[in-house]
Amino acid sequence: MCLAIPAKVVSVKEDKARVDFGEGVLREVSVTLVDAKIGDYVLVHAGYAIQVLDEKEALETIRLWNEILEAEVKTQKN
Amino acid sequence: MAQKMKFRDPQLAKRIAEKIHKLAPRQRNVKICHVCGTHEWTITHFGIRSLLPTNVEVIAGPGCPVCTVPASEIDEAVQLASKGVVVACFGDVLRVPGSKMSLLDAKAEGADVRIVYSVSDAVRMAEKESNKEFGFFAIGFETTAPSTAAEIMHEPPENLSFLVSHRLIPPAMKLLVEMKDLSLNGLIAPGHVSTIIGLQPYEVLPKLYYMPTVVAGFEPLDVLFGVYMILKQLQEGKPRLENEYTRAVRWEGNTKAQEVMAKVFGIADGGWRGIGTIPSSKLKLHDEYVAHDAHLKHNVKVEHGVDIQPGCSCHLIIIGKIRPTECPLFMKTCTPQKPVGACMVSIEGTCRIWAKTINTLRK
Repeated sequence: MCLAIPAKVVSVKEDKARVDFGEGVLREVSVTLVDAKIGDYVLVHAGYAIQVLDEKEALETIRLWNEILEAEVKTQKN
Repeated sequence: MAQKMKFRDPQLAKRIAEKIHKLAPRQRNVKICHVCGTHEWTITHFGIRSLLPTNVEVIAGPGCPVCTVPASEIDEAVQLASKGVVVACFGDVLRVPGSKMSLLDAKAEGADVRIVYSVSDAVRMAEKESNKEFGFFAIGFETTAPSTAAEIMHEPPENLSFLVSHRLIPPAMKLLVEMKDLSLNGLIAPGHVSTIIGLQPYEVLPKLYYMPTVVAGFEPLDVLFGVYMILKQLQEGKPRLENEYTRAVRWEGNTKAQEVMAKVFGIADGGWRGIGTIPSSKLKLHDEYVAHDAHLKHNVKVEHGVDIQPGCSCHLIIIGKIRPTECPLFMKTCTPQKPVGACMVSIEGTCRIWAKTINTLRK
């Protein structure tokens, strides 16, 4: 139920947007609850976009993970 | 996202698992609870538990909004359907047992029960068939409640009313922490609920209960890092609130959704299947919107229902006290095809997830 799927916004018309879930699955969802523009990735839950995903933060998370793991390797070497 | 697969990188997972093994305390057990069906799916599907040290246990709390709907509210939906009202509901809830029957049983007996993907579908249906009365069975946590609120605010068709059964997660998390016999050492907060409510509602957990709390995403590496962050907090002896899912969860959450929810709903004490009443955990329509309340419009009210069928252990599984495999009915009389308890019904129910994984392993 609380499952939310990321999708890319293809077009926006008033409070509705056409989003691409990948592999050709397109659907109209409501964007009343978010400020989404074309090209954004949104999390879609039960026909509503509930949040805009932050690509910068996604990359930052991966960077942080690697940093934590690298720190471990360095400590071992020392 | 170009980096999507990185969130499932097996090499990274192996390395973080090694780090978790080093960080885990030697002398005592650690019990971490999550409260989201999707987390349970990730953990079970990707075998996360097998990567953890034996003394680090991750248990599933009441994170399935379908499983936690009390039987009395299913009975109300059945009652609504029996009055000739078309009941629109999410697919998950269709087979959840009520005291005597599920919505699917009611449908088999001729009631008009329809599955919708979204509350907007119910609105469209009601507009199209204006000669019929419709009732939307609004279940779900904070992730789903804003969509119901948004439709109610935008003047839905007169022939559509709402059976509001939304629940709130932070009061349930507080209850889990207060259950001393569960002896929790950390909480993984649900990522998608948090996209709406933000981090503030969880602040009380580390502040008042000294409980390490981490909001985590739903990829396997998200969960593993969530566990790592909790273990790190325990090692440092500094319980705090951290956000691992920064790509979707902001500190303030989705303020637009919060405003819509607050405008339409007030908060009341609510019953949870197998748990009982949790204070301030249910949403109810504000007086301004009671005209949309299906209870009043169609005079449906069920005070008490039979939540747990004889032999069923859903009340223990839902709070993580026992594992599905410890229930005497699991995969014997209670199967995904013929569920006895609510936890075996929804794809986010702990028993259903475990049943599916066991079947996959057997193949």
